[in-house]
Amino acid sequence: MGIIKASKLIYDYIKRDEDGNPDGIKRAVDQVDIDIEAGQFVAILGHNGSGKSTLAKHMNALLVPSQGTVWVGEKDTSLDENLWDVRRTAGMVFQNPDNQIIGTVVEEDVGFGPENIGVPTKEIWERVERSLDAVGMTLYRHHSPNKLSGGQKQRVAIAGVMAMKPRCIVLDEPTAMLDPNGRREVIRTVRELNRAEQITVILITHYMEEVIEADRVFVMDEGRVVMEGTPVEVFARTAELKKYRLDVPQVTELAWELSQAGLPMSEGILTIEQFTEEIMKLYRQKSGA
Amino acid sequence: MAIELKDVSYVYEGGSPQEIHALNHVTLQIPDGQFIGLIGHTGSGKSTLIQHLNGLVRATAGDIVFNGRSIYGEGFSMKELRSKVGLVFQYPEHQLFETDVLTDVCFGPKNLGLDAETIRVRAREALDAVGLDSSYDTVSPFELSGGQKRRVAIAGVLAMKPDVLILDEPTAGLDPKGRDEILDQVAKLHREQKITVVLVSHSMEDVAKYVDRIIVMNHGSVAFDGAPKEVFAHYRELEKIGLAAPQVTYIVHELKKRGFPISGDITTVEEARQAILQVIGDKI
Repeated sequence: MGIIKASKLIYDYIKRDEDGNPDGIKRAVDQVDIDIEAGQFVAILGHNGSGKSTLAKHMNALLVPSQGTVWVGEKDTSLDENLWDVRRTAGMVFQNPDNQIIGTVVEEDVGFGPENIGVPTKEIWERVERSLDAVGMTLYRHHSPNKLSGGQKQRVAIAGVMAMKPRCIVLDEPTAMLDPNGRREVIRTVRELNRAEQITVILITHYMEEVIEADRVFVMDEGRVVMEGTPVEVFARTAELKKYRLDVPQVTELAWELSQAGLPMSEGILTIEQFTEEIMKLYRQKSGA
Repeated sequence: MAIELKDVSYVYEGGSPQEIHALNHVTLQIPDGQFIGLIGHTGSGKSTLIQHLNGLVRATAGDIVFNGRSIYGEGFSMKELRSKVGLVFQYPEHQLFETDVLTDVCFGPKNLGLDAETIRVRAREALDAVGLDSSYDTVSPFELSGGQKRRVAIAGVLAMKPDVLILDEPTAGLDPKGRDEILDQVAKLHREQKITVVLVSHSMEDVAKYVDRIIVMNHGSVAFDGAPKEVFAHYRELEKIGLAAPQVTYIVHELKKRGFPISGDITTVEEARQAILQVIGDKI
């Protein structure tokens, strides 16, 4: 069993009328089976309303299944006695940095979590230092979070989760509200945590550029996992991605368009290098002929 | 000439040590009927700039002229300006508050003092323009998807019949399909109703695809102003100020560098596709 595993997971949102009586059901997650190995960088893609955030909230027991089972660190999330272990295994980062930062000084904000679980003061400071270092925010430790950019705030939020020493971080659209610079900062940080600290990363997003370096990609639609594979495997199915209201990076799109027009291009081209390599080969063939 | 900014500056907390020059001597013309992309990193002054355009923020120096009259002149009606220059804020769906979609869109025209029938007709037209048919009229805005809510919010501004529509990152947080839907609707409005559009965006790909002029802000000043091709030709400089060209521009430059005969000023996938096929398309 991997660090996060879901078996036949179903989650229903129950709509209630004004008196609080059930008035319809919306199935947000429908029969999902996933098994995520420790140390992987996994991306979950899907359009708005595809169920990806609902799935994410199961990964640290913010929601528990209506049917089926989720295990985090081999603990069943539906059991109350596992709640603390589950949340210490998997930390969560949300979309809006302003909703997640509470401290008036960066280092205090990062130390808030460990302080709450009774970590000795000396160790709190060690954790704060390590976490800030890991996200590249040590320089700002005495700053007020208010004055930081969106990307910096999000990195502080990640440091706050890191200070809890989770084995796994779940990020629910962490870049949706950021500008391109902020987006790059956050993604670079997350990748580095995965690489250097071997933390399992689950990145939920609809920006395709962000998942190019993931080990595995899941695509969700209408509560189900509809595609699964490496980025190359998934991006090779450009037409299908479009059907699920998603996009591919321009380089992948251009390669796909060219192959539609009859050029022999590889499937799922993800980088400019690979693209130019292939085009130049075709060009040399042509000019040589 | 719809809107003209003459040497406009705006200083926050002037005279204090925290003094911030959000706008520095900005001079710009926004003629009728253009589709303009306004880009710049966070804090570059673009939001401050658009708030000047409908008088929400008053310039600390300089003048703004709307259809030939200074908006700071005596007797100028800010109320009229705001009905002519419609501003859609970021995350405008947070401002929906009525019990159903049609009533929400009626709120703006109602405040213009129009009669009930005209208000209803305008609201309906505005909803049509954003692609929401009458089956949505009685639906609560809170039951809609994120993209639909945002279209309702945009309809609320359109119902005022503005000459100029300013959208501050209208696609933030939407999925790619929702993003295309909104931008296609805006492009259609621009095309069919000749509305002047100012689109604030972080996406160079979107800007390249839709607009005919790009204004780049940096440190409160206009860094570049021109057609997408002209502006994205400065992609190295754009990178220095925290921006970039669309990915396809980089692809084209890389091909060119390696000796592939292609023009360096390509900014959309479609242009690149045609240019590449022209060179090697007939070989297979």
